Parts: sequence; structure tokens; C-alpha cells
Amino acid sequence: MTEQAAVSLPGVATFKSRAAAARNMQGAGRWWILLLLALALAAMLLPFALAFINAIKTPADYASHGPLALPQSFTLAALANFWTHVDFTRKLINSTVFSGSVAVCAVLLSLLNAYAIGIGKVRGGRILLVLLLLGIVIPQESLIYPLYYLAKSVGLFDSLLSVIIIFSVLHSAFGTYLLSAVLTAFPHEILEAAEMDGASKWQVLWLIVVPILRPTLAVLATFFFVWTWNEFLLPLILLASNDSQTVSVALGVLNGQYVSDPTTTAAAALLGIAPTVIFFLIFQRTLTRGVVVGAIK
Amino acid sequence: MPYLKQGDPPMTQPRAGFSAERSAGYYLYLLPGVLGFLVIVAVPFVMNIGISFTTWKGVGLPRFVGWLNYQKLFQDGAFWGSLGHTVDFVVAMAVVPTAISLILAALLFDYISARFGRGLSSFFRAGFYLPQILPISAAGVLWGWILNPFGVLNAILDSMGLHGLANNWLGDPGLAIFSLMAVLIWLQIGYSLVVFMAGLARVDPSLYEAAELDGAGWIQRFWFITIAMLRPEIFVVGLTTTIAALKVFAPVFVLTNGGPDNATIVPSYISYYHFFSTNRVGYGAAIATAQTLLILVLGIIFLRVQTRQTDEGAS
Repeated sequence: MTEQAAVSLPGVATFKSRAAAARNMQGAGRWWILLLLALALAAMLLPFALAFINAIKTPADYASHGPLALPQSFTLAALANFWTHVDFTRKLINSTVFSGSVAVCAVLLSLLNAYAIGIGKVRGGRILLVLLLLGIVIPQESLIYPLYYLAKSVGLFDSLLSVIIIFSVLHSAFGTYLLSAVLTAFPHEILEAAEMDGASKWQVLWLIVVPILRPTLAVLATFFFVWTWNEFLLPLILLASNDSQTVSVALGVLNGQYVSDPTTTAAAALLGIAPTVIFFLIFQRTLTRGVVVGAIK
Repeated sequence: MPYLKQGDPPMTQPRAGFSAERSAGYYLYLLPGVLGFLVIVAVPFVMNIGISFTTWKGVGLPRFVGWLNYQKLFQDGAFWGSLGHTVDFVVAMAVVPTAISLILAALLFDYISARFGRGLSSFFRAGFYLPQILPISAAGVLWGWILNPFGVLNAILDSMGLHGLANNWLGDPGLAIFSLMAVLIWLQIGYSLVVFMAGLARVDPSLYEAAELDGAGWIQRFWFITIAMLRPEIFVVGLTTTIAALKVFAPVFVLTNGGPDNATIVPSYISYYHFFSTNRVGYGAAIATAQTLLILVLGIIFLRVQTRQTDEGAS
């Protein structure tokens, strides 16, 4: 609308081109701002770079040239050392099983909830949604001791299954919220047509709703995977033994163990951040866009 | 099909009956969700409130003591100190990152995206967002390595001949809280930046040009367009990060363990400590309950202020 107005008034049009010229005159200014932002970004990313260049140095190189110097040597000893000491393969497997299972189960749970709330419009559905959301607003500390106690009494303590169940439910709060909103706006004609053709609710869900929702479900699963991978407090308490710990927990309980020299610590930090950074590089667009709908979390 | 629409009013009644009958079959789909909520959230939450009125070592039978734990809580200096640190973390997670992100988002939208292309601005956005994606424990190891007395930061200061500025960043009671705040700012900027940049996508760039035409400088455009247009996003970011700040645990656990001398202790850490180190489970539960109450009250205040503001905006 503003453009049309500008075009219809010749005077404004000249003003506009003059303004555009003025904008281009600020050529120097825009380069300064680019430089400023580039420096800010470099400062943000400096810790990553430092971890990387120091994790592949020899301790002697670190001692003589300091942490800022580019490596004069190359060794994977520090990385290998940390990897074997904490049995990093095991932690990676645990984290992957944990996050993958939660991603699938939480999406399923969200889908079933949202199907009943958004399409079935069941009474009390909204209340459940509000309660689920309250469940993730309250601090985990107010659930943690009873969960610890209950997990122990049913024999699920120190088992991945306990945290898989817990986070499938907790993360389904956000999924239910998102999918209910989507399904409330679902075109009714399609559903009615399917019903007339004699499709059961179960068939409608799997043959009509799920295929249409597939992209949204994939975004949700990606989010649940990363959130679960990074969860700390509950896995810290419920996964006590070395064999059941996740990457996130293993790094949190290092407390100076195996990391007496700076290159090994750098290696530990690098290995801890690497899986999620790689994941981020693959799913960057999904994650930065999805965070907007995830703003509620 | 068209006659269906014409017949809409008379259709409503049979339809309502039909849909009530229809929705009955859907309750089955809610069963796993309700069951999960009861077992994972509702029952533990009620149990925790119950425990907070008892003394309990985690074994044997809890003994009912009424409000005793809450009375102790009011006299616990560590608890009051932890609330003070929570305010510091609200500054580090909600206030500072929001301010920085607003400026970054405006610069990226107004200058980089408009004059260098969207690709470059997306690249910047992704870069600033990167710390958000890390497990906090891994970020903690990274920063612990940088901030420890023999760590990278002091080595850098030494190499620049600024030995006098070297410090025990996490071990000095006067400095530890500021070090933690810096780490949290670093972690949080990406979140608000991404939300704000998505919000700016709604803004018509010609609005900026029109304002420029009217002689508005960058600061005026920032204030009257960017901030004004982003009010809903600023609210959402403020609410979510403030709640997150009240729940901070992992950075404190990994970097300082609440120390030195409780200088960085937070409510979550105190309840964790009493649950699993001193085994004063009842007291830990009381702290967790108080923390929950605080978060809910703050959330309600936030939502009230928001509703009032949108009402004013509408009238």
C-alpha cells in the first residue's frame, strides 16, 4: 500500500530515490557495521575455536606456545585418551537411544493427545493441555525426589527406560500444544469425507492426519531429540552408574577427573559439544526456524 | 455441497448431538497422555508437597512436622542468598541478552539483510545461535577450562602483559557470580536473537525507508519501529527466560557447585543438595515447593501485565 502511494505522488518518488541514494552513500557505514558484527560473532565463537585448536595439540606445544597459538603439532592422543577413559562410545550410544526413543514416543504421545483435543474436541482436553504445560513450567526439583523414589521402587532406577518415559511425557506438553493448534484448524471436509467412506478414527489418524502432518512431526522430533540430548538434572539423578550415563551427564560429573592437563580438558569439551554442533549443522534451518514456535519452552 | 452451507442454521442441532457422540470415541486417544501426566507429573508433585511437611531421610517413614520446614526456610541465609543470585541470573538470562539481541537483530535486519543479502544475515543468526544448542554440561567444561586459575583466559591476559588482571574467576567469592553471568549471557543471546529476527520478518522494510525519509536516525528507528513492533516477542522472551532463570541448575552445578562460600548458590542447587547430600528430604521438598510457588506467581504477574498492556493498546 505504501508503495502505491509513493508511486502515485511524483514528489515522493523523487524523495524516495534521494533517500535510496543517501542509503548508498552510507557505504562506508555499512562496512563498519559488518565489521562490528563479524567481530562480535568471532568473540562468540572463540571458545569453540580454542577448544578445537588445543584439543589437537601436544601438551608440550600447549606449554610452550600457550592456548592462543595455532597448533605446531598434531596429535589425537588427548581425544583418544578422554574417549577411552570415559567410554565415550557407550555414552554416545546411551544418548542416542535415550534421545531417539524420546523423540519418537513424545511425538506419538503428542499426536494422540492432539488428535483427541484438536479433532475430537473432547471435553476436558483443554484442561489437560494447560496441566501439561504447567508440568513443564514448574521446576523439575519439585518432581525429582518422588520420581527418584518411584523409579527405585519399581526397579527402573539406573535404567534408560525411566528417563525415556519421563521425558516422553514432559516433552509431549509442548508437542500437544503445537499439534492441537494445527489440528484445530484441520480442514473438516476431508475428515467428513473419510468418515462417509467408512474410515474408523484410527484409520483417519494414520491414513489422513499423519501423512499431512508429516513435516510438522519431523520438526517436533528434531526438537525433542536435541532437548533430550541436553537434559541434565533428571538423568544425573536417575542414571547413577557409568554404564547408563549419557554424554550430557558424563561431562557434568567430570569434576577434574581424567582432565588434569589442559589439552585433555579441551578434548573433553570438544567431544562434549561436537555431537550437537554436527546435529546443528545438519538441521540448522529446522532448528533456528522452529525455535520461534518453541518460544513457549 | 452448496446447499449444505445454506442449510447451516437448521443443521446445528443435529450436528451438535452428532459431535458429542463422535467425541466420545476420542477419549481413548487421551488415555496414554492422561496416564503419563498422572504418573510423571501429578502424583510426584503432590507427593513432593506432602513430603515438604515432614522430616524424612528418604528411608523409613516420614514424620509429619507441619510448617516447620517452611519456618526454617525463612531463617536460612543460604536460601535468601540464593534468591539474590536468582535476581542476578534474571539479569544475565532475561535482561542483558534481550537488550543485546534487540540491537543485533535490528542491525542484522536493517543493515546486513537489507544491504548484503539475507544469506549473510542467516549466517550471522546461525552463528550467534550456536551456543544455545550445546549441552550445558559440555559448555560448562569448556568455560571451566577457560576460567580456571591456570586456564585460557589468564594465559591470554599473561601473554598480553596484563598479569595484574588475571584472577581466579570461578574461585573468588566476589567474582564467581559475574563469571557465571557472563557464561549465561553467552548461552542465551542466540535464543532471543532468533525469536526477534523471526518477529522482524513481519515488519515491512519500507517502514524503515519511510522513517528514514522523514529524517529518523538509526536510534529513532530502533526505538520507534524495532522495539515497538517486537513488543509481543519481547514479552514472550522475557517470560520464558525469567522462568528459566528461576530454575538455573546445570551451569552452577558444573562450574561452581554453588560456591565459593555459597557465593553462587541457587534454589535448585539447595534443594538438590538437601535431597541427595544431607538427605534432609523434607527440607529439600519445601525449598522446591517454595520455588514452584515463586515461578507460578511470577508467571501470573507477567501474564496480567501483558493482558493489561494489550487492553490499553486496543482502547
